[in-house]
Amino acid sequence: MAVERFPIEAGHVMMFARAIGDPNPVYYDEASARERGLEGIIAPPTFVQASAQFDPDYGLRPKIGEPWFGSGREATGVDRSGGGAGGGGGGTGLHAEQHYEYARPLRVGDVLSATVRPGQTWEKEGRRGGTMRFSESITEYRDQHGELVVTARSVGVLTSRTVEREEGK
Amino acid sequence: MSLRASELKVGDAREQVLIDNLTRTQIVQYAGASGDYNPLHSDEMFTTQVAGYPTVFGHGMLTMGITGRLLTDWVGDGRLTHYGVQFRSQVWPGDTLTGTATVEAIRDESGAPLADLAVRVVNQRGETVLNGSATARLDP
Repeated sequence: MAVERFPIEAGHVMMFARAIGDPNPVYYDEASARERGLEGIIAPPTFVQASAQFDPDYGLRPKIGEPWFGSGREATGVDRSGGGAGGGGGGTGLHAEQHYEYARPLRVGDVLSATVRPGQTWEKEGRRGGTMRFSESITEYRDQHGELVVTARSVGVLTSRTVEREEGK
Repeated sequence: MSLRASELKVGDAREQVLIDNLTRTQIVQYAGASGDYNPLHSDEMFTTQVAGYPTVFGHGMLTMGITGRLLTDWVGDGRLTHYGVQFRSQVWPGDTLTGTATVEAIRDESGAPLADLAVRVVNQRGETVLNGSATARLDP
């Protein structure tokens, strides 16, 4: 996701660490982080995903004053009869792969920017989901000095029908 | 804490229960922290009636995040140079996930020791939900 300014903030890192069930104090306590030889609080390895919060165009966050495809009075707030990622038409967009390369851990106080470029696209016949269309995007996160700190490669998949939950689950 | 190359050998493995009985609330917590508010993860009405799933399910990135702890608890803080996964199966509320990390190689890159690890997460039915790999910097 393209983001102009992604500040790595202590409260945000703490909430993210809680959400992934990681009690490691290096994610919220400065003194503990220093005792362990770090310069300060760092972020968990998958934290860059939370840059979505700072992407003004991110599609999976309700926007003030705009219709949202989740439920309210009705099961969906928009007409998605044409199908598309994340909603109607029976097909669904899902996250297939995620890969990160790290130059260093993210530290509270860093201010990142991110640029995104498309990667490869391919198709595969799935056993459960019909034809699956994969597409890759590569996001480079740079710090306040312009240094590349994390490269993220994400693969999304669009299935032609909803993946069934198997019997007995 | 960090690992020494001399204390580690190929085949060494760690297994850990990553999550026991995943709750819908934890999925909501992850939505809030990550900013991924896809209704498929929190909105039962949308997920069952519009998208056609039996219930909401966890973000793949929640599973990847939870699994990251297995790695960082072992190799140390801020030691990863690579972490990548494939999401193989959905993770549902009530699932219990167990992760295994296994040392596949110990090698030197520009004089610095690195460990390559394979990562696998299974649910309570023994189905693989995540397959991946990671590389960590070691102390000599």
